[in-house]
Amino acid sequence: MADLGHRDAMTAGSATPAIDIRGLHVVRGGRPVLEDLTVTVPAGRITGLLGPSGCGKSTLMRTIVGTQRVAGGETVVLGRPAGAPALRAEIGYVTQAPAIYTDLTAHENLTHFARILGAPLDRAARVIGALRLGDASDRRVDALSGGQRSRVSLGVALLGAPRLLVLDEPTVGLDPVVRNELWEDFRRLRDDGVTLIVSSHVMDDAAECDGLLLMRAGRIIRDCTPDELLRETGAENLSDAFLRVVEREDPAS
Amino acid sequence: MSARATGAIARRVLRQLIRDRRTLALLLLVPAVLLAILRGMFDSQPALFDQVGVPLLGLFPLIMMFLVTSIAMLRERTSGTLERLLAMPTGKLDILAGYAIAFTLAAAVQIVVISAVAFGLLDLDSARPAAAVAAVGLLNAVLGVCFGLFVSAFAQTEFQAVQFMPAFVFPQLLLCGLFVPRDQMTPVLEGVSYALPMTYAYDALARVADPAALGTRFWIDIGVTAGVSVVGLVLGALTLRRRTE
Repeated sequence: MADLGHRDAMTAGSATPAIDIRGLHVVRGGRPVLEDLTVTVPAGRITGLLGPSGCGKSTLMRTIVGTQRVAGGETVVLGRPAGAPALRAEIGYVTQAPAIYTDLTAHENLTHFARILGAPLDRAARVIGALRLGDASDRRVDALSGGQRSRVSLGVALLGAPRLLVLDEPTVGLDPVVRNELWEDFRRLRDDGVTLIVSSHVMDDAAECDGLLLMRAGRIIRDCTPDELLRETGAENLSDAFLRVVEREDPAS
Repeated sequence: MSARATGAIARRVLRQLIRDRRTLALLLLVPAVLLAILRGMFDSQPALFDQVGVPLLGLFPLIMMFLVTSIAMLRERTSGTLERLLAMPTGKLDILAGYAIAFTLAAAVQIVVISAVAFGLLDLDSARPAAAVAAVGLLNAVLGVCFGLFVSAFAQTEFQAVQFMPAFVFPQLLLCGLFVPRDQMTPVLEGVSYALPMTYAYDALARVADPAALGTRFWIDIGVTAGVSVVGLVLGALTLRRRTE
């Protein structure tokens, strides 16, 4: 997505991680959701956050974005504490359900958020072009397909040329063709130097990532690449590999 | 506060409102129709129509704006777009101020329509110029806007938000002095009425209609109504949370 003019942050693919989390504790509704979680996410790569529904993926993502109240630990994002006001312009966050106005057109949604961000308004048109939303541009969001809605929501996150994109289950409910197109978009963004974290509970998505964080019951149980996971477990596909890792962790279940 | 973000939000909320033709038609026409009904009810008592009609010219917009803004803001909260706005460089007060500006503009159009109908077609008579009545009516509507934005924080669903009207607005309407002069109520209720913002909003309108001098009490009414509006907006902004459980 070179035409989106992201800063050439390939230099960042080095030692300094994009995200550095130490001893993170999060309690929701009196129940611990994340317990003593320590992890780093490298810059300039696509990191998949994989795990079953309810394992704490969204909570971890909200912590990184700075919208989650935490009970303890340290989360450093792009060199600043998570939630620091200066980070708001640096991070693009896409929630699971498209957070856009259904009674406005795709273009109106993007223009509105561009105004909020103080981004040049032609940026909305460029995002529409880059995400192949030309046909949808002047149609109300409630008349768009699920894949188009997801892309409008993703487009909003791209308006500010973020250095970090946090995408919560972006492929859920999308057909395989749309899913493939989205992954092409993600790879192009990575090639432009953007760091991406993509959560999913579908192991098909895992194969597309540069690195994997496997999560279960509020803990990171594995930090590896898709190839390493297959090699270590001797499984034929990533779904089986994940199940084997889970069994090894927790033989009782 | 960022004028840029406030302006962007006001603009977007207005656009959504204009696109919703049915809501717009209801907002503009319903208060005028209600006043027309009132005119018919008091056909043989024109003085009474003037006495009740002028305050209702502001109280109808207050009630409608309360309902519309509380639900509009609730939608923003529940659609995930509020969380998105708060994750961007947007001040909490920018968001509420944007909403307040958009709905105040809508209320201004509403008041122009209702005033034109009331004074032009229904022979409503006021001791002071129609423009003065409209200005105080608009201040009433602003109170409704700000109060609606504030209480929307306490509703989780649209069902709850709708019921805030009978819960928070009707008691104020009963006690504001429109139906019974407040000094004829039980001392307890009269005392309570002093603590309710709509009492002052109503009183300002009633004084505009009354040929007697406005007096300092009128300016106290205006000050309280405007002040409570600002406080409601600021308290509403404080209920927005960037970090949630």
